[in-house]
Amino acid sequence: MTQQEKDILLEIRGLHLSFGGVKVLTDIDLKVEKGKIFSIIGPNGAGKTSLLNCINMHYRPQRGTVVFDGEELNHLKPHKVATRGIARTFQKVELFHGMTVLDNIKLGRHFLMKSSLVGSFFRLPALARDELEHRRQIEEDIIDFMGLSSFRYHPVGILPFGVRKRVDMARALAMSPKLLLLDEIMSGMAVEEKEDIASYILDVQRDLGVTIVWIEHDLAAVMDLSDYVCVLNFGTKIAEGTPEEVQKDPQVIEAYLGRVLREGQHDA
Amino acid sequence: MRSLSEWYNDIFASTAVASYREDERIFRTRFMRTWFVIFLCVVAAINLASLFGVGANEYHYFIGNLILVNLISAIGLQLLVGFTGLLSLGHAAFMGVGAYTSALLITEVGCPFSLSILAGGAAAALCGLIVGIPSLRIKGFYLMVATLAFQFVIEYTIIHWEGLTRGIRGIELPTPHLFGIPLEKNQAYFIFVFLLAVFFMWGAKNLTRSKIGRAFIAVRDNDISAEIIGIPIFRYKLMAFAVSAFYAGVGGAVFAGLLRTAIPEDYVFLNSIIFLAMVLVGGLGRLVGTVFGVIFVTLVPVLLDLLVSYIAHAFDPNFTVYMGPMKELVFGGLIILFIIFEPEGLVGIWIRLRDYFKIWPLPYISE
Ligand SMILES: Nc1ncnc2c1ncn2[C@@H]1O[C@H](COP(=O)(O)OP(=O)(O)O)[C@@H](O)[C@H]1O
Ligand SMILES: [Mg+2]
Repeated sequence: MTQQEKDILLEIRGLHLSFGGVKVLTDIDLKVEKGKIFSIIGPNGAGKTSLLNCINMHYRPQRGTVVFDGEELNHLKPHKVATRGIARTFQKVELFHGMTVLDNIKLGRHFLMKSSLVGSFFRLPALARDELEHRRQIEEDIIDFMGLSSFRYHPVGILPFGVRKRVDMARALAMSPKLLLLDEIMSGMAVEEKEDIASYILDVQRDLGVTIVWIEHDLAAVMDLSDYVCVLNFGTKIAEGTPEEVQKDPQVIEAYLGRVLREGQHDA
Repeated sequence: MRSLSEWYNDIFASTAVASYREDERIFRTRFMRTWFVIFLCVVAAINLASLFGVGANEYHYFIGNLILVNLISAIGLQLLVGFTGLLSLGHAAFMGVGAYTSALLITEVGCPFSLSILAGGAAAALCGLIVGIPSLRIKGFYLMVATLAFQFVIEYTIIHWEGLTRGIRGIELPTPHLFGIPLEKNQAYFIFVFLLAVFFMWGAKNLTRSKIGRAFIAVRDNDISAEIIGIPIFRYKLMAFAVSAFYAGVGGAVFAGLLRTAIPEDYVFLNSIIFLAMVLVGGLGRLVGTVFGVIFVTLVPVLLDLLVSYIAHAFDPNFTVYMGPMKELVFGGLIILFIIFEPEGLVGIWIRLRDYFKIWPLPYISE
């Protein structure tokens, strides 16, 4: 393994995904460097969310491989992929609405907690201690960090959208991931909320050393925070590079940037 | 001197989180702990009084036993339906498996009653695992039909495998003994089932506040994201089926012990529906709700009977004849009214009352 290969945390090679003849992703190759913020941009329907679903193995690509930390993920079930250190937030916020914020976040640590059916029934001391230790870590490292202390006991269903997005990210962080996949976490947020999220993203990258794959429509934020940007259009990669390179790419300006800027004005 | 309000606050209205350990307890507030102790004292007092011939009689204890047995079984259904979001139309059949396993072990092998209960639960749990297997591929309505199929397979087996189950005649059971003590009287049986119900309620509460219970709810609320954050949903669906069936099996074994017989008509489809009604009326996804639901659904027919025979006695002997069939209508109507006007179930009323009394009679103390 060369030094350069060692620094690659996630590599996707020749990925194809289609649904009943409709091509969603064609021949995608990408390499995500360890510790970097890797952004994916592209118009709606370009296949960005589907790409994350392939990384999670929630969608099974027809061709191509996903290699994470030296291991091929293709043969793993989604819940096994999670245990390898890949966490995710969802475009439409897929939380557990009947549960409190605290329980939602605890579920992120599910596979890190000890358990056995009989042990849980009797709440054996070892399990109770383990649960309390995880609770402490969640409180100190995540709830405080994400500013969720005052919502701890609130059922997620009654919270405003912006807070739910933070809970979604908190749940992902609870998984102690090596790789964090963020799917349009800033969409629908006010400017101050976006600034908070931006600072969380930077903290997670710098302080926790987590690699981030980030889908976002807010180009200013993307260009500001990312180390590397990849542009998708109609299921193919049309450009990639540093934010400066991508912004100058004529194909990107033609196929995507102009359109997004126009759409962005409608959104706002 | 501590002021009255300080003292009051301490017992009934403390809301501060003292520590995470404190916060993860079953009864989080001292208010709830106090009421639970009061409840235990009342039950103990009623039992003591009966020893002196005061208050509750054998019939009352029989009704109490019915409620407690139903409760053990219904907790299982609550875990499956209310927590994991999987519907079962075969809960009575799982009870039947437990009842017949226990009855056969006692009469054929001479197995002690206590052990036969455990075996009844285990046999039902095994059936639960098997019934749960289709949940790998099918969901919702289709899964419900699989549980319905199980219900009818068990009903058919009990009636037609006469060599084993003695068909419609059923299996007679001797007086149950527990560690050498005969549970001859209903009151003796009551003390046993009461402790058993508290134990299984405690276990269910422990499960629901462990990672297993959270995974159940995750499967119910959103199984796609559950899988992606690392929860093997099929395993938890199977587990929910098995645990639910275990509770039903134990309930069935204890039910047979109460009636001293295992007969087919106690484990029919209609009873599966009645168990669903208990869970629904009580409120989905709340263990305490199950207690209220079971009491309501078990008591209403008993009270209606009482009312009808009272009226017949006092006014018109023919009343029973034309009111008899009406009872079912009234009972069904009450359940429907409930679901319409209190969709959260009885537990919704309970929560409002609790929140009200937590701050009563000094509402200005708590925030
Ligand atoms: N499960 C699915 N079945 C069929 N088509 C799908 C499915 N998921 C995504 N697609 C299609 O794939 C295309 C890309 O969708 P998506 O990945 O959500 O795009 P983006 O996230 O870039 O907006 C869309 O045309 C969408 O309709
Ligand atoms: Mg998307």
